[in-house]
Amino acid sequence: MTGLSFDVSHLLAGGLVLVSFLLLYQTRLYALLNVFAMQAVVLSLSITWQAYVQDAGHLYVTAAIAFAFKAIIIPVALHRIIARLGIHRDVENVVGVGPTMLAGLALVALSVVVMLRVASEADALAREDLAFALSVVLLGMLMMVVRRNAVSMVVGFMSLENGLILAAAGAKGMPLVVEISVAFSVLVAFTVIGVFLFRISERFETVDANALDRFQGDRL
Amino acid sequence: MTALPFDNLAAILILPAATGAALAFLPGYRLSATLNVVSSFVTFLLATTFLVAKPTTGDYFLVDDLNIVFVVLNTFVAFTASAFSASYIAHELEIGRLTATHLRFYHAMYQALLFAMNLALTANNIGLMWVAIEMATLTTVAMVGIYRTPAAIEAAWKYFILGSVGIALALFGTILVYMAARPVLGEGVSGMVWTTLIARVSEFDPALLNLAFVFLMLGYGTKVGLAPLHAWLPDAHAEGPTPISAVLSGLLLNVALYAVLRFKLLLDANANAIAPGPLMATLGLLSLIFAAFMLYRRRDIKRLFGFSSIEHMGVIVFAFGMGGPLANFAGLLHMTMHSLTKSAIFFTVGHIAQAKGTQQIADIRGLTVSHPTLGWSLALGVLAIAGAPPLGIFTSEFLVVSSTFARAPWLAILLVFGLLLAFGALVLRLQGMAFGEPSPGDKRSTASTLPIAAHLGLVLLAGVYLPPPLVAWFQHVATMLR
Repeated sequence: MTGLSFDVSHLLAGGLVLVSFLLLYQTRLYALLNVFAMQAVVLSLSITWQAYVQDAGHLYVTAAIAFAFKAIIIPVALHRIIARLGIHRDVENVVGVGPTMLAGLALVALSVVVMLRVASEADALAREDLAFALSVVLLGMLMMVVRRNAVSMVVGFMSLENGLILAAAGAKGMPLVVEISVAFSVLVAFTVIGVFLFRISERFETVDANALDRFQGDRL
Repeated sequence: MTALPFDNLAAILILPAATGAALAFLPGYRLSATLNVVSSFVTFLLATTFLVAKPTTGDYFLVDDLNIVFVVLNTFVAFTASAFSASYIAHELEIGRLTATHLRFYHAMYQALLFAMNLALTANNIGLMWVAIEMATLTTVAMVGIYRTPAAIEAAWKYFILGSVGIALALFGTILVYMAARPVLGEGVSGMVWTTLIARVSEFDPALLNLAFVFLMLGYGTKVGLAPLHAWLPDAHAEGPTPISAVLSGLLLNVALYAVLRFKLLLDANANAIAPGPLMATLGLLSLIFAAFMLYRRRDIKRLFGFSSIEHMGVIVFAFGMGGPLANFAGLLHMTMHSLTKSAIFFTVGHIAQAKGTQQIADIRGLTVSHPTLGWSLALGVLAIAGAPPLGIFTSEFLVVSSTFARAPWLAILLVFGLLLAFGALVLRLQGMAFGEPSPGDKRSTASTLPIAAHLGLVLLAGVYLPPPLVAWFQHVATMLR
């Protein structure tokens, strides 16, 4: 692998981690969706680059799915759902932005330490790609933990999934990547439809997942 | 081995898929319920043909002695659950909790779930297995939320979020296994085929494998319902339709367990990787003791048995974690007995909740007086699940305990402590529900007693007499599992 293609892969994968950090401190739902769309664009660029470098035709399909589905369809659909259901536009955080960012930094450090040490025998690109991918996965999880709204939880889950697709695309020659990304897209579509169909906001006035805890069968 | 005139592997996959597609469009409840039962029954018969004619192993599918046990058990319980579902759903339709459209969706999803589970159990490709388990999660999420009450939506949402995170972690683990395999097996499909992986796993990088197993154990462990990651399980069991509670406990947990076992075998075969057993045994024991304590505080009858499922999955994972022929044998037997007993209990509980119009334990009293069949079925079922002799679960729990005593007495003491604790909780609750003055709310329910009787009969039989061919089969699988 030549120096340039290596650097470009790094740049794009690192960009994905950076956008994950951007997702962590958004306070408005619409802004959150825009940043998520940006993350999907970076992801599809990154996959396209991998497809070109690895000369793997099927990865172009994955890139196209990521772009069409996650950069366009899902953000637009969520925009409309938020408008239609009159969901509160602010993102409610359980933990403040400062501690969240620090926790995010710690998670990235953790994944770099773990992956670089563990995968010392794999080639440099795969190893560092995995470190980036694990960072994105952990940041997505962090976002699901610190956010209360159902919509931002979905966004957190989707960014977690972006990390997984990055890992799958970076694992050279991995079969079934297209199938896996399709399966994930179905999963995501299902939730988005679920948020809409179940009209979580109508029933609870807010999509605050905390409000759902009122209905625990055992605490009557 | 005899040759069959048809491909039985393709048949157990295509039949549920095709039936599911047809059920999505069929109007009329009676016809679809019948079709659901018939199709599940034929799938079960087809699965039993694996015993005489094993399909050839390919890049995507594998049927060996280990997964035959899972497939046959799964299709059998799926069949009896579909028979129970037919009578249960008729009542729900009558009282207007479900509409005809919901039912079309419900039946289609039921068959889609069977398809996904059969696919997961017969997959030789770890990527395909992941896709199948993801699909099974989706279909059950849809069914848990089907009543659309706030509580049902909460349960479905919680299940979805925790289940997806689990699934995502499992995928990361799967990718790591592929990364570990790539330097040895080269690029392409072979790096994800379980049979080629296990043949060459001793040459893989142990550090990557260790990390992969941690992710896989956490990911699929969420779906097994192991202790720190169990939060979705009681909710999903309590709020969905009862046939789905039976299917979740009796089948889906086993499918996830099967995935864990396959990866455990990979780790076992690499001498330099960590031993997966202690990790599994710890998580199993933790789940057992945690769930045993939680059983005392339950007020909802389906949640009670949801926690009991966590307890038993804990025992099973503990047994497989201990390893060795005896503990593995006990684990397999316990899994089989738990599937049969727990689904029988849920069948009974479904009818009880319909007859009494409530799921609150406090409002259910004197069942043996008001509904003798249901009351005594519940009593027998609860005694069986609590591990009273001479029923099947006693046999398997006894084997788990005695095999542990021989090797790690301290763990055995904790194990027995957890089991006794759970026994006490279940018998305590049973007493209130089954005996005393009957509570009001006496609707006659059109109970289908045949599935309950069949399951409990098998459990009783297994407690008294295990057929030698079955014992030989399980022993063989137990040695396969190391």
